[in-house]
Amino acid sequence: MMQQKHTPMNILKKISLVGCFFLAGIGTLTAQHETTPEAKPVDVQEIVFSHLSDAYDWHITTWNGKHISIYLPVIVKHHQGGWEIFSSKRLHEEGHHYNGFYIDENRKGKIYEEGYDDRPWDLSITKDVLQIWINIFILLIIFIPCARWYKKHDITKEAPKGFVGAIETLTMYIHDDVIKSCIGEKHYKPYAPYLLTVFFFLFITNLMGLIPIFPGGANVTGNISITFLLAFITFLLVNIFGSKHYWKEILWPDVPMLIKCPIPLMPVVEIIGIFTKPFALMVRLFANMFGGHTIILSLTCLIFITFGISKEMGTSMTFVSFLMLLFMNCLELLVAFLQAYIFTMLSAIFIGLAHPQHEEN
Amino acid sequence: MGNLPSILTPDFGLMFWMLLSFLVVFLVLAFFAFPTITKAVEERKNFIDDSLKNARLANEKLAGIKAQSDQILKEASEKQARIIQEAMATKEHIIAEARGKAQQEGAQIIEEAQSHIVAEKERVLRDARSQVANLSVQIAEKLLQEKLQSNEEQEKYLERILNNME
Repeated sequence: MMQQKHTPMNILKKISLVGCFFLAGIGTLTAQHETTPEAKPVDVQEIVFSHLSDAYDWHITTWNGKHISIYLPVIVKHHQGGWEIFSSKRLHEEGHHYNGFYIDENRKGKIYEEGYDDRPWDLSITKDVLQIWINIFILLIIFIPCARWYKKHDITKEAPKGFVGAIETLTMYIHDDVIKSCIGEKHYKPYAPYLLTVFFFLFITNLMGLIPIFPGGANVTGNISITFLLAFITFLLVNIFGSKHYWKEILWPDVPMLIKCPIPLMPVVEIIGIFTKPFALMVRLFANMFGGHTIILSLTCLIFITFGISKEMGTSMTFVSFLMLLFMNCLELLVAFLQAYIFTMLSAIFIGLAHPQHEEN
Repeated sequence: MGNLPSILTPDFGLMFWMLLSFLVVFLVLAFFAFPTITKAVEERKNFIDDSLKNARLANEKLAGIKAQSDQILKEASEKQARIIQEAMATKEHIIAEARGKAQQEGAQIIEEAQSHIVAEKERVLRDARSQVANLSVQIAEKLLQEKLQSNEEQEKYLERILNNME
């Protein structure tokens, strides 16, 4: 035991210890700063939800009591008609009202029009939309040069190395081991581009969600709108392009007559199944990403809560919190890949179920 | 729905932009990126498979050629050995034949010479006898000065004398 070598574990331990001390110091500083003006209790739920929710501006940090944000364009339609485009900065200054529009904090922080109770048409470029655009931009600057590589090189003479090679490996892994094997050799081809896009979009988005500052950090895949839309596309693909054997198995499955004839028990179960499958897809991705973000944010809040109780407790809690945050972030890296993988795989399986092969053979 | 957090309520604006953005990225990637990559990998795979197959065929061919050349070499050396063996046998046969013939001829020559010698000797002896008889007759004629009455009696007499003289 005395002859400890520089194994990766030992080095990691040392780094994390140093990191702990370092972070504890910063934690103490910021916590003092936060608690001195007025000792208001930390509302964890409020902080977590405000971080995870979509917003009309991208809040980066607060410096000396001033908010530093990127204000995004608001695009709304008056109830009387006519579209309105303006910076969301207008809603944060001079009375928080602009041309009759205001952000109602009591109703999920959405924009409402004065005198109307229902939401106006709202196509604002919100934080999540901007994050999606950033992610799409990243996707394009990854894949377009990669695809160009193949156009420029003679593929019978050389194979890609480095970054293009890595992307090729990942793409072919998803293409061969997930899409081809889940849908089946015969029918996978038309669905491959969609499923690959879904996988890489989710993977990039999940990873970007883990970056705590500007180019990333918006909780996109932990928003039900996004997962609902993706699950809905899969639902459409499954049911529009499903073969007649698929519909036969739903409406007249191969089960004893008794459970499908007088009362159509099995068909009812199968029809419910049509909707539960994409629903599970939607909820699984949403809940996993939302849960991961919530845990990380809560652990961060823990530092500030304990500093509110006492300085010693806060300092010691910073250690614990830091270690747990480190662990959670590593776990979330895995989850980021895993959830993208699972979403793609389940979509592929559902599409595969809509093309039963054993019937045709 | 009213008291749910905003991330749990589908928002039309966000869904609209998400759908639009996703469609755009899907179309771009589906037409320009993924098919290029998967097709290239597939083509490379086919190329590698073909190359491996060709290499295997070439190896098999090469092995066949080698076996063939080995066979030819083996046959040639066998033929060579056989020819040498045959030549040796022929040589020995010829020598043996020549020797036999020579011996036979020699023996014949010697035999002929011997029989010739015997005949010659007899002839010489016979000549000598008749000469001697003639001489004796002449000698006796001269000595006796008279002619014996019958030749037959003379010859018998002379023979008797000659036999006694031997």
